[in-house]
Amino acid sequence: MSKSRENILAHLRKQRSTVTESPAVYQPQHNWTQNEKIKRFIERMEAVRTEVHQLSDGDWINWLNDELPKRNLTSVLVGQNETGDTLSKKANSTIKVQKYEQEIEHWKQELFQKIDVGITTTRGGIAETGSLILWPDNAEPRLMSLVPPVHIALLKADTLYETFAQAMHEQKWVSQMPTNALLISGPSKTADIEQTLAYGIHGPKQLIVLILG
Amino acid sequence: MQQNEAFTQRIDKALLNDQARHNFRTTMSGLMESRANQFPSDNELQAIRDQSKAIRGHSLTNLPELLVKLEQKLTENGIQVHWAETGEMANEIIYNIMQEANAKSMVKGKSMVSEETELNDYLEKRGIDVLESDLGEFILQLAHEPPSHIVAPAIHKSRIEVAELFKKHFPELEYTEDVDKMTLMARQILRNKFAQADVGLSGVNFAVAETGTLCLVENEGNGRLSTTAPDVHIAITGIEKVVEKLSDVPPLLSILTRSATGQPVTTYFNMISHPRQSDEKDGPRAVHLVLLDNRRSRIRMDEELLATLRCIRCGACMNHCPVYVQVGGHAYGTVYPGPIGTVLEPQRIGLDKIGALTSACSMCGACAEVCPVKIPLPKLINRLRAESVNDARSNAQIQGKGSMRKNTEGSIWKIWKSIYSNPTLYRMFLWAATRFRFITPPGMSAWTNYRTAPKPAAKSLSELARQEGFDNE
Repeated sequence: MSKSRENILAHLRKQRSTVTESPAVYQPQHNWTQNEKIKRFIERMEAVRTEVHQLSDGDWINWLNDELPKRNLTSVLVGQNETGDTLSKKANSTIKVQKYEQEIEHWKQELFQKIDVGITTTRGGIAETGSLILWPDNAEPRLMSLVPPVHIALLKADTLYETFAQAMHEQKWVSQMPTNALLISGPSKTADIEQTLAYGIHGPKQLIVLILG
Repeated sequence: MQQNEAFTQRIDKALLNDQARHNFRTTMSGLMESRANQFPSDNELQAIRDQSKAIRGHSLTNLPELLVKLEQKLTENGIQVHWAETGEMANEIIYNIMQEANAKSMVKGKSMVSEETELNDYLEKRGIDVLESDLGEFILQLAHEPPSHIVAPAIHKSRIEVAELFKKHFPELEYTEDVDKMTLMARQILRNKFAQADVGLSGVNFAVAETGTLCLVENEGNGRLSTTAPDVHIAITGIEKVVEKLSDVPPLLSILTRSATGQPVTTYFNMISHPRQSDEKDGPRAVHLVLLDNRRSRIRMDEELLATLRCIRCGACMNHCPVYVQVGGHAYGTVYPGPIGTVLEPQRIGLDKIGALTSACSMCGACAEVCPVKIPLPKLINRLRAESVNDARSNAQIQGKGSMRKNTEGSIWKIWKSIYSNPTLYRMFLWAATRFRFITPPGMSAWTNYRTAPKPAAKSLSELARQEGFDNE
């Protein structure tokens, strides 16, 4: 099919449009304070039915130990990192903590059928749109924030950016794009039947964000 | 011409479908309102539209270089790039990838380009199990219908029609007309399919040349599942979707979701730059991108019509179109309906086949006002109308140009031109038209199907004016 390549490129090269517009620069700047950023983030997230809690740094373990049993969430998937280690050590005995240790092929059915909740860290958040930034990796693989019916994300308050453009720029995405970079802005939803909003179609039915610090 | 006549028949049929018309009217009003709420500041809106237009325009100007760059970056990243001149070639490439991977089943995220190539049909004929996983597309697959809107594909269906479809195909499940319950039913039905499918297929919203990144916009999570759970991911896109820089993405994403559904951002924005790396535990081991031309490179050759390719497929033009809202997407009979379909499809398929689409426009201009990349849609529709009746002296490279030209119509306009450019003839014509007005024919084909025939007045305006003492000055 390399013939297709040559043919397409030949057609495209025949006509070089004379109009060379260089993209105009429009960069929204809000100059929000830290509190304004948090307020905006929470507003946006709650507008799409995300549950958001502000906790002081080390409190997330206690929160999980209190809340998970109340909500009947017993089977918990964590990553192979500090957060995962902490939770494995400190979780109540009623909570079954499992690390994402094996390649997916070895336990796909179990992941799809048996895990109640995936707990991940985040690389930051975006206040303007109420979005989490995730770069899944070998410690916290891609399906962790996608397959379990509940996703709990830990967000450090000092990693909140105003806009997507700002986050991308300050975190220097362009030189180090990972296998998969994600913005997550709420639980999975659809409006495909009569434009009626319904949550929990394919991804998590519930998104819980714990803002730390 | 046959397809052009079928267009009129489809319109008649669509206008009689009260249920679908009700759905279109309420949905489009809702989408228009949510979009308007997203742009409280007109200055901001115009600034982002200018920027988005410039980004897309820049991509098209530099298209061959950017495609080569994209291919190079993707290849470096481990993503395999394939080029297809036609839809059939794209389907063949995809089938061959599946054969080599010994893959028997495919789960699909929403992709309008795969509708364009009629991929499902092609693969099913070859024994591949193909499943649409976007809820709207899933419903349509059950109903054996094409999408009627590019963003909300099943919007012509009522919840009761969906409930009945589910009952017919899944009789073991409890009957319900509740949207939340039906959504959960679809979740249950499709969940195992994601876990079992050999290949996942997706479209692409933006392909970034600078980093070799495929970007996908969605709300449901089926796009993420299709591109993460199976061992092979195949993405298919039109060659025009490339952008140069990663920094081009945030403004385009913002105006896309706000224009399409009035969301500040969608639930998921999924950026894929590599297949699974050796130390990673999930994600597809092989990722492929199929770049489809399908006459896009020809469209680009026309300085005016190339604006067609700036489109980012938000659907705002159809949401705001007074014709689309009356007849719905199926009446167009093409993959892409509404104003952008009216411009794109005749160029893709030929004016001789579906040039009549260009008549389904009132030139109100609403589409051009809301288009996030400022495509001058009415102007392009007008151009295509002109090309469809052109007497072939134009050097435009449009298939079927001049095919709708009628000699009688051409002669009438020639006579009109000579009368109106000669004062003596013009006066004689006016005199005759008013004095012999009783012989005006009562039946004037399409015009008098829905209207009474016009009759000239007993005296012309200039005659009346002269009687009142006005002179020619």
